[in-house]
Amino acid sequence: MNEFQEKNSDEIRQILAKYPPEYKRSAVMPLLHIAQRRKGYVSPDDIRNIAEILDISSTDVASVSGFYTLFHEEEGGRYRIQICTDLPCALRGAETFLQSVCAELGVAPGETTSDGFFTVEEVKCLAACHRAPVLQVQGEDEIIYHENQTLETFRTLIEDLRRHGQAQKEGA
Amino acid sequence: MSQYILLRHRDTPNLHTLDGYQASGGFAAFQKAVTTMKPEEVLQEVKDSGLRERGGAGFPTGIKWSFLPDKIWPHYVVANADESEPGTFKDRELLEENPFQFLEGLMLACYAVQANLGYVYLRGEFWQISEQIDGCIAALESAGLLGENLFGGNYKLSLHTHLGAGAYICGEETALLESIEGHLGQPRLRPPFPATSGLFNKPTVINNVETLANVPPIVEHGAAWYHTFGTEKSPGTKIFSLSGNINKPGNYELPLGTPFRELIYGHGGGIPGGRGVKAIMAAGASSTLILADDKALDTPMDYESTLQELGAPLGSASVIVVDDAVNIGWLVKKTANFFKHESCGKCTPCREGTYWMDHITQRLIEGEASLQDVDLLYNVATQMQGRNLCALGEFSTMAVTSGIEKFRDDFEALVKK
Ligand SMILES: Cc1cc2nc3c(=O)[nH]c(=O)nc-3n(C[C@H](O)[C@H](O)[C@H](O)COP(=O)(O)O)c2cc1C
Ligand code: SF4
Ligand code: FES
Repeated sequence: MNEFQEKNSDEIRQILAKYPPEYKRSAVMPLLHIAQRRKGYVSPDDIRNIAEILDISSTDVASVSGFYTLFHEEEGGRYRIQICTDLPCALRGAETFLQSVCAELGVAPGETTSDGFFTVEEVKCLAACHRAPVLQVQGEDEIIYHENQTLETFRTLIEDLRRHGQAQKEGA
Repeated sequence: MSQYILLRHRDTPNLHTLDGYQASGGFAAFQKAVTTMKPEEVLQEVKDSGLRERGGAGFPTGIKWSFLPDKIWPHYVVANADESEPGTFKDRELLEENPFQFLEGLMLACYAVQANLGYVYLRGEFWQISEQIDGCIAALESAGLLGENLFGGNYKLSLHTHLGAGAYICGEETALLESIEGHLGQPRLRPPFPATSGLFNKPTVINNVETLANVPPIVEHGAAWYHTFGTEKSPGTKIFSLSGNINKPGNYELPLGTPFRELIYGHGGGIPGGRGVKAIMAAGASSTLILADDKALDTPMDYESTLQELGAPLGSASVIVVDDAVNIGWLVKKTANFFKHESCGKCTPCREGTYWMDHITQRLIEGEASLQDVDLLYNVATQMQGRNLCALGEFSTMAVTSGIEKFRDDFEALVKK
């Protein structure tokens, strides 16, 4: 039993029970989700451990991880601020909103703030087009939507996240 | 319309809880089906209702179910909750606010094709919703509505969620199956079709969330009742996701056959700033652009009329309104970039074509393109058509060709002077 399996044994057992035993490989995305949530990215160790649990090659796991945009192979900011700039949102001012968010945080899209807290990313439609501008925060353990954003609500949001993240850091 | 078939949570409190849903008659249809109807009778009722796919294709749901062979077992049903088409947010409202009606529909579909196992495939961004649906499934197990020996008989049923991780292509049904099986989300060659060889190589039905949410009321009230809504060939109501340049964006459940004008100017409250509507996209980013003249505004939104009268499929009925301040060249740049990002790369025409359409439209909006580039863009799109493994490749060309055909001036205004 590898370290990943030990730490998440209950959850892994529940996941494997969802699929026919001869299609164990189906669990690859759920297991990648666990890894992604724990650390905010999927590490080479995670890839090896998941491959071992599912009896497939590390290359197979890595290619699945690489295909899907919510799995990240590199450590980013602690919170990924993902702003939708797809067509319906863009018609409602999302591109201007992205610019003001970037100005506020002093980064360009794709970059991470110097304190390591936030990475700003542009994403495609989040199924929230009627509440543009909209963003999701991909943090540790969760993906949360924030809708009908203004620069003001955004400022409050990042203050909250900073406080929360700081408290966790100190607690750890 | 004051009476909802699908968005019933808007006037029924607590519908998102099992108690609330049961208090308003929930699971009566499932109980009636399992205890008093044969699976083929449920299937026949859905066939007679004329319910058509709400995921985009408009194919009759009951007929799709009847394609499953009765010599190969087990059968599976997969609910498609990938909802990623730009401009579409209807399944999300159902999943969040009226999840049990959707799940009851999925359970009825399972019973109708005699599946004992069903999956709900959710886009990865619906992480919170997936936790909520897991909670609903657990509540159904505790209440004895899922599990072994349902209602004292010998039918058994389990449901599981499977979370995607950010890939529009996984909404395509065979890519979705690949994704559940732990592979890259890339479409399969057909045949075989999922009805004979789908999930885990077994006969599989794949249905959209909204399609399934229609099934409990159909089984409860009957096919004849369902035909009292909508048109003869497109019966029932449809949730229209209205977005873009519109005063009141949101989901509107209306009978199929409602004209665009009523949706945009009645329910949607018209265009901000009193501007005019220039174009309509009826099927999200995959739309053929509709020139919004009087004829278009008076066209009924149903599966036949929009296609026959306007040459534009209704698709998922994600209506994006574009006002007269928007340059269509810019708009096409947005859709081209979306499809370049989402092409799965399995076949060359789509992989290369989406790359070039994105590249040329980028040059166009930067003022670096020439008139010849506009023709080149049009050629790239038409050369892709009919050469793609799945519909994404076709979808990616729709706004490009219809945009240049109907709004060429906008493109010419952007070229290098
Ligand atoms: C590129 C592409 C994306 C699609 N995305 C979705 C989607 O997000 N949700 C959906 O229900 N159907 C989607 N579809 C349609 C599905 O392939 C399939 O037809 C549908 O899930 C069948 O369900 P229905 O019969 O209830 O409509 C998509 C199709 C294509 C080609
Ligand atoms: S058409 Fe595009 S999305 Fe579809 S299989 Fe080919 S490359 Fe993939
Ligand atoms: S376009 Fe932004 S949520 Fe749909």
